[in-house]
Amino acid sequence: MSDLLQSVVNGLLIGAVFALVAVGLTLIYGVMDVINFAHGEMVMLGMYTSFFAWSVLGLDPLWSIPLAGVSIALTGLLMYVGAVGRVLGRSPLAQVIVTFGLQVFLRGLAQFLWTPNTRTIPRPWAAGLRWEIGPVIIGGPQVIMAVGALLATGAVAYFMNRTRLGGAVRAAGEDPAAASLMGIDPRKMYALCWVVAGLATGVAGALLMNSYSASPTAGVSFVLMAFVVVAFGGFGSITGAALAGLLVGVAQGVVGLYAPSYTLAAALALYLVVVLVRPQGLLGTR
Amino acid sequence: MSAPTVLHRPSPARLRAFPVRRLPSWTTAVVIVAALAAYPLVFADSAAHNIGILALTFGIAATGWNLLGGYAGQVSFGHALYFGTGAYTTALLVRDGWSPWLAIALSLPLAALFAAAVGWPCFRLRHHYYSIATIAVAEIVFILVTNLPGLGQANGWELPVVEPSLANLQFSLLDKRPYYYVALGFFCVAALAVWLFLRGRAGNYVRAIRDDQVAAAAVGIDVHRYKLAAAALSGAITALAGGFYVMYVLFVDPPSGLGLDLSVSFTLMAVLGGVGRFWGPLLGAWVLVFVQDLTRQEFSGSGRSVDLLLYGALIVLVSITEPGGLLAILQRLWAPVARRLGRASRTETDPEPVESAEVKA
Amino acid sequence: MSATLLKVDNLSCRFGGLWANRDVSFSVEQGAIMGLIGPNGAGKSTLFAMVAGAQRPTAGRLHFDGRDVTGWPPHAAARAGVGRTFQLMRVFGSMSVLDNLTTASFVRHSRLRDARRRAREVAELAGLVPVLDSPAASLTAAWKKRLEMGRALATDPKLLLLDEVLSGLTPTEAREAVEIVRTINRGGVTILMVEHVMEVIMPLCHRLVVLHYGQKISEGAPEQVAHDPAVVEAYLGKAL
Repeated sequence: MSDLLQSVVNGLLIGAVFALVAVGLTLIYGVMDVINFAHGEMVMLGMYTSFFAWSVLGLDPLWSIPLAGVSIALTGLLMYVGAVGRVLGRSPLAQVIVTFGLQVFLRGLAQFLWTPNTRTIPRPWAAGLRWEIGPVIIGGPQVIMAVGALLATGAVAYFMNRTRLGGAVRAAGEDPAAASLMGIDPRKMYALCWVVAGLATGVAGALLMNSYSASPTAGVSFVLMAFVVVAFGGFGSITGAALAGLLVGVAQGVVGLYAPSYTLAAALALYLVVVLVRPQGLLGTR
Repeated sequence: MSAPTVLHRPSPARLRAFPVRRLPSWTTAVVIVAALAAYPLVFADSAAHNIGILALTFGIAATGWNLLGGYAGQVSFGHALYFGTGAYTTALLVRDGWSPWLAIALSLPLAALFAAAVGWPCFRLRHHYYSIATIAVAEIVFILVTNLPGLGQANGWELPVVEPSLANLQFSLLDKRPYYYVALGFFCVAALAVWLFLRGRAGNYVRAIRDDQVAAAAVGIDVHRYKLAAAALSGAITALAGGFYVMYVLFVDPPSGLGLDLSVSFTLMAVLGGVGRFWGPLLGAWVLVFVQDLTRQEFSGSGRSVDLLLYGALIVLVSITEPGGLLAILQRLWAPVARRLGRASRTETDPEPVESAEVKA
Repeated sequence: MSATLLKVDNLSCRFGGLWANRDVSFSVEQGAIMGLIGPNGAGKSTLFAMVAGAQRPTAGRLHFDGRDVTGWPPHAAARAGVGRTFQLMRVFGSMSVLDNLTTASFVRHSRLRDARRRAREVAELAGLVPVLDSPAASLTAAWKKRLEMGRALATDPKLLLLDEVLSGLTPTEAREAVEIVRTINRGGVTILMVEHVMEVIMPLCHRLVVLHYGQKISEGAPEQVAHDPAVVEAYLGKAL
């Protein structure tokens, strides 16, 4: 019983990071109708940024959060301007292929520059913290990751739902023609989506370095998980993605308790069930 | 005057003005197959033969992918599942003492069945959902095969080395040419199957489905049924590549037989060479295998590899600049040459295409 | 009086709390040109979609050629002899005009040669010969509309559903299109057309059905309908 409780808590904590990763993915999808297959690689680059901030500058991953956020935001902008923005309006195939190509490219870049070896930050500051609440043990890195991810997810949701600029982004997503009549340049809004998604994934990457190791393939499992989360929350829904992230995290934690090899398989099966039975997502109304 | 058929190929001079793609003529096919047959005689070293064998093998798989992804417009990122079906079925039966030919032949309908079984529920999904669903199915199978007992798990399977003969589909490693010609034979079978499928009603139907499903249904096309048919043939062809591949390397494990990277590479080959173009996947496969071989020699031992980096850059570049892939670029380069050649050999009054259409009708 | 080809019987369609169509009934006689008109949002397109099998009715029955075909799939409709065009043109963009027509005629001819021959005949009839080899995506809107009509015709329909094929055309183009519609009808094809442009549809149609807020408010010969007070009221503020 205490094992189960422990996995639920662990699941909730990592679920917050899933939510943060998924928020960027669902934002790009919701506004541009593009699936970013390179999303996990953006997380991976965030992890490397944080790692090198530690190995070169001696920064704790907590302090490298802004650096990773800004770097990956710029990377996101570059990906949009250099590639994705150039295939807008082409066939869905062209759009799927271009982000897929970016995925392969970024992974290849990491492998070429930094070798396939895994990089870990030993003993980050958060590792010194530890709480015991009844039978449940909560590690400092997990708490830091969850709190940071929740704050960042909340910030993205606030930006999209409560600010003028966020409203403009949504308007550009709903009806680009009408938005441009109102003086909103849809292409600028699309670029902004990639910046925000980059920020979110960069922050997620830095947070993850508190207990995960960076490697060229580190992003793969996160992006697959993010697909599941996005489908679960309803494609394009930010609040949905945030809630679904926590839910999928818990599900993964519980499955991991009984069948640790099958957590990803279970999540993917969940994706299939969701899109086939309830394509609008668990929380969607469409 | 007999009505031109789909086989009628527009003269290269027209390609620029009329990007409507046609299936290749027999002449093109004969020229390409002849060039492929001559390759191992021109390049005599074993390394070149190895490149050719792999390029043909992956060319088969990418051609299979192209039928579903390129012609029918259903972008699958899970085709490793069918490659793996071919590889694992063949490995399983050959280890049991079966003839590899029979084993490969048996794996084809099995893969077709799997492809149809995946397609049955998933073809209802819109493009992105469908693509992710194919990843999900293939990854689930990958995880199951890696963990469940019975299919070699993570260690994979080795196949027994037996006496070299055509019947055993094993040849001396000193001279790889027999492997090459078997691969070429298999490629021809695959290409012929795709060509036969595409040339008549089914080919028109799947292209119509790719262009507009709603309009396709409105002219009497059972959209779901034709997607399933394309998926089944596509799966079977990809399994053919898997079956031959396992006989060539005599080993299969989840990453080499079922991995996501494998699915990705089929897609990349087709896209690089020219998606929805008949010879595109073969060209793409040849280029990628060649690049991979080149970079592997260059950076061997360092653990770094430049091939992924190059693939990715190539894919992004091609999809931005020329959605028709390398084949489209080649055709564009070839067009002025062909025009000049054509002008020299034909009469002066080559009518404008629009007028010629009126004359015909 | 000739036989009834299409019978729409209390057909209703609801989206959420909104009735797009409610208890609409009318029939189309063999060989007629029937017009379906009404202000924007009157439910013309939904009714059309139900006849073509693209939309499942919430209630009511649909009979075609003596068979109950309520809720049939669109490809079955096409096979049974319902051809349709789309208001927002949906051509097979990557294919040539000839291939567009051939694809459609495959529903009656399984051999490529026969399908292609029929496609050429239809091209002649619909005036598509000058663009036969062009990729459909490169056509102008007027040509695309014509291709839509040709493609529907290539399925050898008994009933042809035309969705606003005349709107958005220049007067010359519209006159040509009207001529094509008449020619098709003279060839024995029954026509049901949705239209906004009243001036063209009045002389063309034998009968009109008027929809308003999803319900039928009037039916009859064009002059009769034009003077129906209910119709005048529905169109109030619009030039009739």
